[in-house]
Amino acid sequence: MTDGLQSNPVLISSHRQQKISYWMVRLITLITVLPILAIVIYIIVKGAPSISWQFITDFPRNGMREGGIWPAIIGTFYLTLGTAVFSVPLGVAAGVYIAEYASDNRWTRLIRIAIINLAGIPSVVYGLFGLGVFVLFLKFGTSILASCLTLSIMTLPTIISTTEEALRQVPYSFRVVSRSLGATHWQTTWRIVLPQALPGVLTGVILGLERAAGETAPILFTGVSFFLPQLPNSILDATMALPYHIFVISTSVPGMPIRIQYGTVLVLLVFVLGMNLIASIVRIRARAKRQW
Amino acid sequence: MDKIIITHLNLTYQDGTESLRDINMTIAANAITVFFGPAGGGKSSLLRVLNRLNDNADVTRLEGQVLLNGKNILDPDVNPVELRRKIGIVFSRPVPLPLTIYENIAYGLRLMGENNKSCLDDAVEKALREAVLWDEVYDRLHDPAIAVSGGQQQRLCLARVLALGPEVIMLDEPTSALDPVSTAKIESLMQELKQRFTIIWVPHNVQQAARMADYAAFFLQGELVEFAEDKRLFVFPKDKRTQDYVEGKFG
Amino acid sequence: MIEQTPRERPVNILIKAAGYSSILFVTVIFIFLMREGLPALANVKLSSLLGTVWYPIEGYFGIWPLFFGSLIVTLTAILIAIPLGVGTSLYISEIAPMWIKNLLKPLIEILAGLPSVVLGFIGIQVAVPFMRQSLNLPTGLSGLTGAILLAFIATPTIVSISEDALNTVPSAYRQAALALGATQWQTIWNITLPAARSGVITAVMLGVGRAIGETMAVMMVTGNAPVMPHGLDAIFLPVRTMTATIASEMGEVATGSPHYQVLFFIGIILFTLSLTINVIASWVSTRGRKRSERSLS
Repeated sequence: MTDGLQSNPVLISSHRQQKISYWMVRLITLITVLPILAIVIYIIVKGAPSISWQFITDFPRNGMREGGIWPAIIGTFYLTLGTAVFSVPLGVAAGVYIAEYASDNRWTRLIRIAIINLAGIPSVVYGLFGLGVFVLFLKFGTSILASCLTLSIMTLPTIISTTEEALRQVPYSFRVVSRSLGATHWQTTWRIVLPQALPGVLTGVILGLERAAGETAPILFTGVSFFLPQLPNSILDATMALPYHIFVISTSVPGMPIRIQYGTVLVLLVFVLGMNLIASIVRIRARAKRQW
Repeated sequence: MDKIIITHLNLTYQDGTESLRDINMTIAANAITVFFGPAGGGKSSLLRVLNRLNDNADVTRLEGQVLLNGKNILDPDVNPVELRRKIGIVFSRPVPLPLTIYENIAYGLRLMGENNKSCLDDAVEKALREAVLWDEVYDRLHDPAIAVSGGQQQRLCLARVLALGPEVIMLDEPTSALDPVSTAKIESLMQELKQRFTIIWVPHNVQQAARMADYAAFFLQGELVEFAEDKRLFVFPKDKRTQDYVEGKFG
Repeated sequence: MIEQTPRERPVNILIKAAGYSSILFVTVIFIFLMREGLPALANVKLSSLLGTVWYPIEGYFGIWPLFFGSLIVTLTAILIAIPLGVGTSLYISEIAPMWIKNLLKPLIEILAGLPSVVLGFIGIQVAVPFMRQSLNLPTGLSGLTGAILLAFIATPTIVSISEDALNTVPSAYRQAALALGATQWQTIWNITLPAARSGVITAVMLGVGRAIGETMAVMMVTGNAPVMPHGLDAIFLPVRTMTATIASEMGEVATGSPHYQVLFFIGIILFTLSLTINVIASWVSTRGRKRSERSLS
């Protein structure tokens, strides 16, 4: 390429155009990506001083302005667990149906459209739905149960899609061989296909739950409270939760020490990014151990 | 003795590919019957009819009779799952299941509910010995099955089928992915096994067909063109199409 | 048709039920929104709903300010997010060396995983004072601040789907262009990107859907003033989105009151908007895929 450059003006200008365009694209990428790093580092730097054993395990005092955030942490944990309980079996089973059982007909297309739409519904509309159905209609009240059910339906499309994708990655030949050795459809799915797809399914589950843990709008009117004197005793109790806690202390509490705000944000960030990290590790290790 | 009797078998797929037109033939017991011919001739389709592996495929028409030991296997009240234990198949590419060598062989037995360790141990060893693979893998039975070589994998697939105690073993171009040494091993192995099983072999070239055939059937575009009870088909073919194919004029 | 033993029948039935459950859920959500929201049309005068004043305490339920609030914040956000998202996806998929790619992809995933309340918090702490000082705004809470945050929220969606689309373009196209003497960039800009057109459009549409549906981050930085935006500098003033309206007012309404019903009605609007966007996006993506299948076969 370099030899002709000295003599050919057309080549020179298109080469220069490429240089400029490349640098512009690099710049754009930098503008997109640098803030991500900056935000994470900033939160770590400003939040780390607040992190201590007391901060994590103590109850808040003085209207949240002092003390710890334990109830919010445990609340987020309960909500995430509860969401997993409902959404994982249902979502994985649905993914299995679409990938392994369903034939390509009108009904299956309808299912796919339904999943795409569930995935697109704004989180606050899920909150409305949760309020209308679980809190009011089914009379669960503002409760962990109502929030978990709401979050579960919201998480369902993610789990279904990633399960389906993971199952499709498993080579078709395994199914044919298994069948030829006298396996029923379920036996093939349960003994060969699903175990092989498990890492992919797990990754999807973790990423779905990660999102559920960080959501505020769906739990806003279905299960959270800002100030609760004690931890919830049953799933019909309301709870505190990290995302909602962050929202309130950063917008509505006068005199809230800034370091507590950053500390709380850091805790949620660690929770969420930790799940992200675990999902990535699962994915990488699975790729190395693949038997096909 | 006739193991399988096929009468007026017609098969059409939804997209019109690889159908079978009025197939009438018998498969002899304790012998190697070779299905040969150019691609698209219907050989693989016929294999899949025999163990009803195309039950879920887009088949628009399946007529005729296939008698195994006198019973029509195309009857709706025949359980295809049990049928497949009697009529096993080895595919052209070795497909070890993502399990250990031991578990690959034991797979079919576990499906039937057999979980007794000593039963399975015996069955696995017996099958591996029958497939002449035992001496090569006896000390690494619990290694992943993909760790062995291509030729060994294919014998593993054979052992997997043998573990179920089949009556018929079908092999669809079983050596097409293998080197000549492994090919020869498997060919001589099947010559041994034909004494106890009924073998259907789809070769990947005419020379292999000539080597292996006790009975030979030439398929062309879904039609059974010619069938002979020995290798004379390759030397003195009756049909011109057979002759052209054997001589290599097309393929 | 599926081979099963009698003992397996219940399992297979449950699996099938799970598969169809998503249809059930979408339908139930739709029905409930309608049940709680449609009465708004009966209990609130249409002229009020279509008015331009949102002041529920006095009975003014004009939805337009909220709709336009969502509109201008989303539109501005997408204007920012398209170059950011498509540019980044071009870089990652076509230009970046492997080691940079392996650094960038996790970073984008981190951005995708950041809870919106965290981004809203950073918005309050960093973006709002910055906007106030650099643009001389009274508070820094404005539609533009919200749009910038939204752009970052929508970008990972645009990046990952565009990247998939670009990866699907057959390398034969690129090689043909290069063989004809095009530079790498000319190939990317004139051949690869247009070939991935439908995928990129799908990506942008899904990004729009994501942006319209975002609640917390915008709520925290747009100032939440439900006024009709007018004039081009409206973006520098506080606005309020439909989503923020529901989130901030739902906690304080009486069940069954007209206010309650109107909030659900806004929920219906949001549901319908996202339904439309998703259907169009999936139509675009299917059509593009069919077209490329035809041209390659």
